[in-house]
Amino acid sequence: MKAHLTRRYWFSASHRLHSDAMSEEENRRTYGKCNNPHGHGHNYALEVTVSGSVDLATGMVCNLVDLDDFVHAQILERFGHENLNTLEAFRRRVPTTENLCREIFEILQRGFTAAHLEKVRLEETMMNSFEYAGDAEVCK
Amino acid sequence: MVYLTRKAEFSASHYYHNPQFTPEENRRIFGKCNNPNGHGHNYTLEVTVKGEVDPRSGFVVDLKQLKEILNREVLDALDHRFLNKEVPEFATRIPTTENIAISVWQRLQSRLERAQLHRVRVYETPDLFVDYYGE
Repeated sequence: MKAHLTRRYWFSASHRLHSDAMSEEENRRTYGKCNNPHGHGHNYALEVTVSGSVDLATGMVCNLVDLDDFVHAQILERFGHENLNTLEAFRRRVPTTENLCREIFEILQRGFTAAHLEKVRLEETMMNSFEYAGDAEVCK
Repeated sequence: MVYLTRKAEFSASHYYHNPQFTPEENRRIFGKCNNPNGHGHNYTLEVTVKGEVDPRSGFVVDLKQLKEILNREVLDALDHRFLNKEVPEFATRIPTTENIAISVWQRLQSRLERAQLHRVRVYETPDLFVDYYGE
């Protein structure tokens, strides 16, 4: 029997939305307040959904400790209390929450093998959230 | 097709233990959850049903009936219980959040008349939940 398990985490980070492909004026027009050169921050809520058969011996899709350890080491440590624009991942990409969501999905997909990664959902604020499921559709 | 979700809460205690594992394995795999005296959670349950809207009533499902079935089949059995000791299916299955979601699905599925069960979501805490779609 297949179940989907979702775990929620938090981290805080700052960013500035600015694209080198645009003029100063276009950046201001496109990103508004988010283009402030000094940056600004958010408390991001991250939801990671994995799926798989429920193991008969443990009753689990995967051991939560393994998922927590991976997310803490590879994601929360990497992005928590950082300025996203200074990180390698965002040297060529604007650190929008769309791109951050995709980056987190890719880190999990590359490194977390204990269950199938279904999707990553990232809340930038209580009003905005983003979901990414790689090549799959976010349908559930 | 319209989807309708009903929410409910229950509080219960449980512990994780597989008699086929050694005591050391049980401790290593289940950690604090292996304490045989149990520990508890306030669970939140979301039951989603789907169906076409009945043209006469305008309902996908009669919410009063759904609530009664939910109370009788699920909440009366699980609320304020020690799941391992008082709920029959957990005598042989470990009451993880995954297995609770499956159990809720199995308790509800045959009882629903018009609407079709779509998803059972069980929150163990606000930061951990499991979805089961009957797959």
